[in-house]
Amino acid sequence: MIGVFQAFLQATIRTATPLALAAVGETVVERAGIINIGLEGVILAGAFGALVGASAGGVGAGFVVAIACGIALGVLFGWFAITLRCDQIIAGTAVNLLALGLTGTLYRDLYGTVGAALSIPTSAPIALPLLSSLPLIGAALFDQPWITYALYLIVPLVWWWLYRTHAGLALRAVGERPQGAVVAGIAPPRVRWRALLLGSALGGVSGGTLVLAQAGTFAEGMSAGRGFIAIAIVVLGRWNPAGAALAAVFFGAASALQFALQAMGLALPYQLFLALPYLVTLIALARVSGRLAAPAALGER
Amino acid sequence: MTDERPAHEMRPGSRSRAPRDLLARAATIAGVIALNAAVTLGLLFVVIAAGGHEVAPALRALWEGSFGSAYALSSATFVRAVPLMLAGLGVTLAFRAGVWNIGAEGQLLVGATAAAVIALGAPRALGVMTLPVALAGGAAAGALWAGIAALLRQRFGVLEVISTIMLNFIAVYLVGYLVRGPLQESSHIYPQSAALDPVARLPRLLPGSRLHWGLLIALAAAPALWWALSRTAAGFRVRAVGENPDAARIAGEIDVARTRAGAFLLSGAFAGLAGAIELTGVTFALYENLSPGYGFTAIAVALLARLDPRAVVLTAALFGGLESGALAMQREAGIPAATVSIVEGALILLALAGSSTEMRRLRALFRRRGADGDAAR
Repeated sequence: MIGVFQAFLQATIRTATPLALAAVGETVVERAGIINIGLEGVILAGAFGALVGASAGGVGAGFVVAIACGIALGVLFGWFAITLRCDQIIAGTAVNLLALGLTGTLYRDLYGTVGAALSIPTSAPIALPLLSSLPLIGAALFDQPWITYALYLIVPLVWWWLYRTHAGLALRAVGERPQGAVVAGIAPPRVRWRALLLGSALGGVSGGTLVLAQAGTFAEGMSAGRGFIAIAIVVLGRWNPAGAALAAVFFGAASALQFALQAMGLALPYQLFLALPYLVTLIALARVSGRLAAPAALGER
Repeated sequence: MTDERPAHEMRPGSRSRAPRDLLARAATIAGVIALNAAVTLGLLFVVIAAGGHEVAPALRALWEGSFGSAYALSSATFVRAVPLMLAGLGVTLAFRAGVWNIGAEGQLLVGATAAAVIALGAPRALGVMTLPVALAGGAAAGALWAGIAALLRQRFGVLEVISTIMLNFIAVYLVGYLVRGPLQESSHIYPQSAALDPVARLPRLLPGSRLHWGLLIALAAAPALWWALSRTAAGFRVRAVGENPDAARIAGEIDVARTRAGAFLLSGAFAGLAGAIELTGVTFALYENLSPGYGFTAIAVALLARLDPRAVVLTAALFGGLESGALAMQREAGIPAATVSIVEGALILLALAGSSTEMRRLRALFRRRGADGDAAR
């Protein structure tokens, strides 16, 4: 029983890590009033970048190229959404299509169709002394790849930045009342660009995590909707980085439930388990939504 | 109809019949099409050459697999264009109402599922009525699936961008479960339903090709939606709500929530009908990969058509051809079919840049200058 619970917790953290990275980034972006539906494409580009970087120069290079690719797509989105002030949903949709096409084409051009056999250096779990031997939660929380520990630091850091610094206040002001922010001497486009760069860097890291800390390889379209889920998680977390991290864990738990229940011998159809996280998220969204928590200027041009 | 005049004034120029304006509009449209074609070809050229492939044979394969032969046209391009057109019309309607329905894919799958349930379960009882009932059932199921998101939006404030995406995933797994469970074919080997009874299949339009009557349904739906949007009171309400909900509420006394919900449901019905037609006209059985992402491409189809139902006919045929041609290109010249997604994304961005706020401001500036000149005279 304890074994099952530990496996469940481990799977939860594993699923939650890339989602939380992307969702914390998107939280910052949305707090500045921009909704980046293109996050799915940013994650995919990050995953592909990780493959390219890691096959050339190891795990570290993988993450660097992942961030660069994420930012590149973020800049493309930002140019349309912030600079040209186009509709954000449409720009994001186009960015997703571009990312799907570019990564798919480049992957086949660079690695051929046998790419699946490709193996690249990955980031192994590191057991933290003492912490990892805590009962029940130790192995799940503190025997993870280093990117998970980085996430443990990123969440409070971003929270502190958003709520305790002048820059964070300016960012939130831009997301609530851009005109008011202008009066206070803040340039909304510049603030939004900064938020978007951070958000797409984290999206790139999220994609890098999929390849470098989990799958160990790349597959076409491997982001598999995580960007969209991350956007739902932002709402679930009420546009707060700590909330987003918790919501990611919640989604991870709903996904991990299938392993636990199967291990316990429950014979329900497999597809039901796969649909469960989405169903649970939808219900949870209905409970926490209501426009009150959303940045007032979200999605406005 | 009392709404006629304001409807006219909301989109200046769209109804004007002066010959000079008509000529100018035709020139603009031709220019836009030429620009899009140039960008498409240019991008393809770059992507193919950058991948180290020979360009000429690749483009020939693309052309012959899409628009270059009667067989490709009738059995690939137009067959693919049908679901793109119907789902694209659905997306157009939703977006025009300011409803971000990203869920056409799920609505399409649920529509195909409902049509399969009806077509497999009731041919004895319904006889020749099986097909129409299956199509209507598909449309109703699509509307219902969209209705979940509409309800979540109205009652709980859940953004439809997010809920429709979640519902897409749920629809995929629902079909996956059904074709391995209650709807699986009788030998229980393949993850798909039994084949449809001939009475439940859409007749072929051209003998010897895969083209079916669904094309006529889609071709009739496009002008119908255009007429409804531009010439009826309900269509006016949809456009008013989409362009400025506050103004619609205050000045037009329009029930914004109700108008949005109606457009949302009808949009789902279009996608559901697309799924039902795909099932009864092309696949004849339900399975998970029934749609190669038609519902997602439909968003590109609608956006490239700039949310004009008449243009959806063209963009659906274009994307139907591009995707058919891309498969031929992959088969014959080894070019990744994913290349098409690059082209689709770039075309949307191009259309977006052309209609962006900054561009509009520039154009307005020119127009104002022209108007000032007229006034001075």
